[in-house]
Amino acid sequence: MESLQLPPIDYGALLPMLILFGAACLGVVAEVLIPQRARNAVQLGLALLAVVAALVAVVWQRGTRTITIGGAVAVDGPTLFLQGSILVLGGVSLLLIGERSIERGGAFVSQAAITVGSQKDMQQAGGRPGATEVYPLTVFALGGMLLFVAANDLLTMFVALEVFSLPLYLLCALARRRRLLSQEAALKYFLLGSYASAFFLFGVAFVYGYAGGIQLDVVHEAVANPQRSEVLLYVGLAMVAIGLLFKAALAPFHVWTPDVYQGAPTPVTAFMAACTKVAAFGALLRILYVAFEGVRWSFQPILGTIAVLTMFIGAILAVTQTDLKRLLAYSSIANAGYLLVGVLALNEEGLSGTMFYLVAYGFSVLAAFAIISLVRDADGEATHLSRWAGIGRKSPLLAGVFTFILLTFAGIPLTSGFTSKFAVFGAAVEGGQTWLVIFGVITSMLLAFPYLRVVVLMWLSEPGESAPTVSIPGFLTSAVLGIGVIVTVALGVVPAPLIDLTREASEFVR
Amino acid sequence: MKDFPFLSILTFLPLVGAAVVAFIPRTKAELAKIVALGWSLAVLVLSAVMWAAFTIGGDRFQFRESYAWIPSWDARLTFAADGIALVMLLLIAILFPVVILASWHDVDQSTRSAPAYFALLLAFEFTMIGVFAAADVFLFYVFFEIMLIPMYFIIGSFGSGQKQYAAVKFFLYSLVGGLFMLASVIGLWALGGHTFDFAELVKGTAQIDQNTARWLFLGFFVAFAIKAPFFPFHTWLPDSGGAAPAGAAALLVGVMDKVGTFGILRYCLSLFPEASRWFAPAAMVLAVIGIIYAALLAVGQNDLKRLVSYTSIAHFGFIGIGIFAFTTQAGTGAVLYMVNHGLATGLLFIVVGMFVARRGSALVSDFGGAGKLMPVLAGVLFFAGLASLALPGTAPFVSEFLVLIGTFSTHKGYAVVATLGIVLAAAYVLWMIQRTTQGTLNPALTDVPAMSKDITLREKAVVAPLILLLLVLGFYPKPVTDVINPAVQATMQDVGANDPVPAVEAGGKVGG
Repeated sequence: MESLQLPPIDYGALLPMLILFGAACLGVVAEVLIPQRARNAVQLGLALLAVVAALVAVVWQRGTRTITIGGAVAVDGPTLFLQGSILVLGGVSLLLIGERSIERGGAFVSQAAITVGSQKDMQQAGGRPGATEVYPLTVFALGGMLLFVAANDLLTMFVALEVFSLPLYLLCALARRRRLLSQEAALKYFLLGSYASAFFLFGVAFVYGYAGGIQLDVVHEAVANPQRSEVLLYVGLAMVAIGLLFKAALAPFHVWTPDVYQGAPTPVTAFMAACTKVAAFGALLRILYVAFEGVRWSFQPILGTIAVLTMFIGAILAVTQTDLKRLLAYSSIANAGYLLVGVLALNEEGLSGTMFYLVAYGFSVLAAFAIISLVRDADGEATHLSRWAGIGRKSPLLAGVFTFILLTFAGIPLTSGFTSKFAVFGAAVEGGQTWLVIFGVITSMLLAFPYLRVVVLMWLSEPGESAPTVSIPGFLTSAVLGIGVIVTVALGVVPAPLIDLTREASEFVR
Repeated sequence: MKDFPFLSILTFLPLVGAAVVAFIPRTKAELAKIVALGWSLAVLVLSAVMWAAFTIGGDRFQFRESYAWIPSWDARLTFAADGIALVMLLLIAILFPVVILASWHDVDQSTRSAPAYFALLLAFEFTMIGVFAAADVFLFYVFFEIMLIPMYFIIGSFGSGQKQYAAVKFFLYSLVGGLFMLASVIGLWALGGHTFDFAELVKGTAQIDQNTARWLFLGFFVAFAIKAPFFPFHTWLPDSGGAAPAGAAALLVGVMDKVGTFGILRYCLSLFPEASRWFAPAAMVLAVIGIIYAALLAVGQNDLKRLVSYTSIAHFGFIGIGIFAFTTQAGTGAVLYMVNHGLATGLLFIVVGMFVARRGSALVSDFGGAGKLMPVLAGVLFFAGLASLALPGTAPFVSEFLVLIGTFSTHKGYAVVATLGIVLAAAYVLWMIQRTTQGTLNPALTDVPAMSKDITLREKAVVAPLILLLLVLGFYPKPVTDVINPAVQATMQDVGANDPVPAVEAGGKVGG
């Protein structure tokens, strides 16, 4: 009997993930050992340190192109670029999560299990220090995301999907204010997310039945030389895609997005909008480009229709929203549609354009949610649109920054929103998907209206009677705002360095 | 002299000015005004020097500068000016100081910040110069879109009446046009050889198949037709012109709308010659409808600023037929029309603004016999009106005449119908002047103290240069036509249109 051979492991290539998982475990231990008073600072420092260390590891590994640990993990250009993006965006999100100066105790509740509305609940809403578990949870989620974009077989991908999803479900339930909404959001996200995961897993089984393996190169080989019924392939691909489309918030699997974005604590919403999007599209890119590229003619029209549907649903429903967080949720759905247009170009420009878009959008959306966390009244954030009337008179700087971010979302030139749209649309025309570009342009027109409505409201309307106060941003939120705005401007005015970086990184290993 | 980077400095100078003015505290409004005026005068001086350095009969594009920007898309910061762009740049440089001086007290009564207003004006000048100086399609598109932002805030924050509605309508209309153009720009880039350089694209578009080229043309054309505006995309202009402060409205119709006609000349015609010829009849029909329809609406207007906006739409019809007649004469006339219209309608808007500021109302029916109280200002309004209806001796006459005879040689029917527009122009201008400044004095006017204050020294300084230019160019347009003519000829060559041979040679006898 042969002894079991362990596959060779390239620890260097895995280092970023190992650092994050290690730091997250350390964070759990620290939760027990560190006294309450110092816990927040230590946990935040630890999490940031881990993210920075992982980022350094990614940069250090920048030349690596390898498949390791028995074909489970592929470290190549897109992996490293997306991992780097997730880490940078995740680090910025951590700053938002760590903000404690805007509200006493921070945006998170200390004990999520306390009955809503009870005496104890009132007490903790009144300013007990927030939970510090959020840091290890976030780091676990980040680690899962890094693995998700690197996964080279479908089961690893599934495991990574669960690793980053479970902490997110928990984080959604931890809002200090509007506890019921927050819990509802978490439950909804968890239930629908579980269905999506189940679909994904079922799909993996079908693909395994078709290809006789779960590694992406095996699937690619099987698609090129079909041996078994194509039904298995298409059913499998469809189900795997459903799982990913759910995470990426593409119609018709987008319905959770507005509720979750609204209910979750704003820093978590920002984290999801920026990082989950990168992870979900990273995995989608890898699956479509590496494994199923051979049946592109079959899935391109279907996913194209989904992209069009997503753009329209996002744009039209954004027009009708009266809550800013929901408005941004629908805007993020529409943006997922634009990203899918870039994915469907199925060429090198599409890959690099999509990656550029993910980074650009991530920074803008982080800044947008950072601003939302600042406009508050006695009940927490004042997210209803009418409350923002005339805010430009009282706080021109805040309104100016938000206007700039909204113009970015509307795709006005000299902002990253324009360059990124140009990148994906240009790639799609290259890839022969002109019809998607036409719909993309039409929905951009629709989508300009809700953004403009907010701008009008802030600058040109008279302030209402009980106008909310605009908090002075703490150091961490200011940093997030500054980074978000600077990157958005920089990617709009001088996008060349990042475009070049995405171009260099736009080749998968198989 | 030719190597001096005129265009990039000219473009970015007002942006620096806008930043400087924006940082002046709002308590020092006077300082902000003086700095803004000085800055715009510096731009004027620089563009005058550039005008002198331009070689007539030299290369089509001069003062070319090109800097790397986004290498992977081959988008570059390329600036270059042909004769058409050059005259437009000078028009911009002349109008901005005039408007800044004319808007001196516009914000004094408002709760809004005066430095912000003048900073927005300078920022708007930056986008205007950029859009005419760009010779890279990507760069042009960038300026084409961002010009909306300063104007949006000028209308929305500093306007009057339904300013919010007007500002949003303005923004959405232009943005929709811009996005159509974006689709075409992307298509042009993908099919025209992965470049944005205008000169390269003119060669590259020859390979695009006919049908695709027509769609791409349409994307550009819709954007420009909305901007110009041509019938039926014009409905935003009366709202914006009515709501904007008078000075800004003068810029809106005097300069910004020219981007539309300039864009058609530069981009639609040269990049898609076949499609331009194919769409020309449709464009001519729209232009002629615009002339008559807008003129009729102008006759019926009771709001002075809306009235001037409608006259402007009618004038853009003339420019439209001048462009699509595809003769050098009509084309030169159209470009000259763009300049003269900027001066004449700019003057008209500014003078109307002086009336409105005194009366506190823009309604024609609130005036009546105002000339008895302010004879000089009423005289200026009369002159501006006459220039606007293209009275011989004023500059617009030359251009309107050139457009009509140039069009007549190839499209008799359109020229004849368009001539009716001249009659209607006389109707709306003269009737407006009669109802506001002539006739019996409206007794309500004597209750408004400002109405008996005739033109001030500052206002004289505002109108004098425009009146002077209108008269000089009315008698001696040669310096301008000499600059325009070669550029228009080159454009007509791009389109592949041959000027009709004069009847003398064809028929062997003197025609008529």
